[in-house]
Amino acid sequence: MADAKAFVAAAWLTLSAFTLPGMAQTPPTENIQIGLSTDNVSITAGFSGADLTIFGSLENADPLVARQGRYDVIVVLEGPARPVVVRRKDRLLGIWINLESETFENVPVSYSVATTRPLQDVTDPNSYKQLSLGASNLYMQPADAGDSPATIQEFTAALRERKAATGLYSENVGGVQFLSQNLFRATVRLAPNVPVGTHKARAFLFKSGLFIKESSAQLEIRKSGFEQSIFRVAHDYSFLYGVFAVSLAMLTGWLGRLVFRKD
Amino acid sequence: MGIYLPIAEISVNVFVLLAMGAAVGFLSGMFGVGGGFLITPLLIFYNIPPAIAVATGANQVIASSFSGALSHVKRGTLDFKLGGVLLAGGIVGSTGGIFVFGFLRRLGQLDLFISLLYVVLLGTVGGLMLVESVNALRATRSGAAPVLKKSGQHNWIHRLPLKMRFRASKLFVSVIPVLGLGAGIGFLSSIMGVGGGFIMVPALIYLLKVPTNVVIGTSLFQIIFTSAYTTLVHATTNQTVDVMLAFLLMAGGVAGAQYGAKAGQRLRGEQLRALLALLVLAVAIRLAIDLFVTPPNRYSLTGVDLG
Repeated sequence: MADAKAFVAAAWLTLSAFTLPGMAQTPPTENIQIGLSTDNVSITAGFSGADLTIFGSLENADPLVARQGRYDVIVVLEGPARPVVVRRKDRLLGIWINLESETFENVPVSYSVATTRPLQDVTDPNSYKQLSLGASNLYMQPADAGDSPATIQEFTAALRERKAATGLYSENVGGVQFLSQNLFRATVRLAPNVPVGTHKARAFLFKSGLFIKESSAQLEIRKSGFEQSIFRVAHDYSFLYGVFAVSLAMLTGWLGRLVFRKD
Repeated sequence: MGIYLPIAEISVNVFVLLAMGAAVGFLSGMFGVGGGFLITPLLIFYNIPPAIAVATGANQVIASSFSGALSHVKRGTLDFKLGGVLLAGGIVGSTGGIFVFGFLRRLGQLDLFISLLYVVLLGTVGGLMLVESVNALRATRSGAAPVLKKSGQHNWIHRLPLKMRFRASKLFVSVIPVLGLGAGIGFLSSIMGVGGGFIMVPALIYLLKVPTNVVIGTSLFQIIFTSAYTTLVHATTNQTVDVMLAFLLMAGGVAGAQYGAKAGQRLRGEQLRALLALLVLAVAIRLAIDLFVTPPNRYSLTGVDLG
């Protein structure tokens, strides 16, 4: 938190330095900046989801527009992209079996959105589509483009629905709040199963429904010391890890007999 | 208290896992089985990805069977030679199983295959055991002496070539069915995450005519090594063994097992078998329901490179 405060102070300084000479004639275009209080988040043993706070500022904000609340900010935290297979179960001889499947390239594992107002109130659907902003506007690239559009559409919808159901794609309406005319705070949700890797935070500024500017920052989410070591060892030294798992089991079995023996 | 599992990559409740381990340990101590056939489905019901549930289940089975085998070594009811031959078959079967496991996972049919195997095997074994134990219970109630097959009786298995002598089991039998049985159990062990005791024990008694007192120790001996091998191979090829998860289950399991063994001594053999049969059938029915009932969601997501 201390880092975040320091950042806010720094943001204020740059802001005032900018605004003073800029007042002359034509109002300069607004700009948006965001900063993260930390560039990495560790997932510890007790991790069960968290809220991530992102601070940001508007530069050259028009006080009149700001007072009327016509500035809107949408902040997105996008997880690393990975290929995903969506499978559909169908009934075969009475049993539900995965039959149809569709592979998508580069699907963000997580996608958390925070907005000042409900998405449909900020701007029109076309602008969202152009900016590819919002979980429902993300373009999912099918690996096999030869499939029928209806199938691709069905599986894309299912993919979004599953992601939302597991909390990986979330929307926090009202999650962005203006603290003053120029400063805002965005709260995005990190799901308990948030993927590790490089996440990208992006902030979009809208003025009376028009897209003005975008700013981004990077965030590294990783497992904390102990969990990370286990994960790394399991992948880099998988044979030794297996030997360790087996020895641990035998040791536990032997100790368990010593401690709890009843015969 | 929540804990984050490093390989499964989800948060789970420590006490739920300890209790799960203890409950399964209690039952496994009571019935003399490894308990893998209970742990893996339980983990899957608890939302652990099936691939991790299977590999971690195999790891957990080592602890309970090692603990059990130690007491059999002390009592001298373990045939190392028979166990060794079973093991040789087991390694081959296990390797094949891991290969099939990876193949099915890429096809997206792993979960289905695991469920089907469970339903068919548990249903069959549970059903047979129930019939057998209910008959035995009836026989003792009516006062008739239970009909035991004489050890001198031979079936087709005893006419196969390549005979070998197993002194501790007082057995002179072909190595082919022993290797085959070991391979079958090894295959199941790597695909289902079970030790295979619930198949091994009846097979040794009814097919190979091994004396009952040697059966459990020998079966546990072979299970230790088959599941150790399975754990190793899953760890190296699929990276699906979660030691944190396995350790919590083991800790609960070894404690539960010792109490279970004591509780088991108060029940008669056929009562125990009837109860175990009911338990096995219950798991089979629960898994079968999931196969036939319309799933709440027909769509599922999997990564391409990992489960």
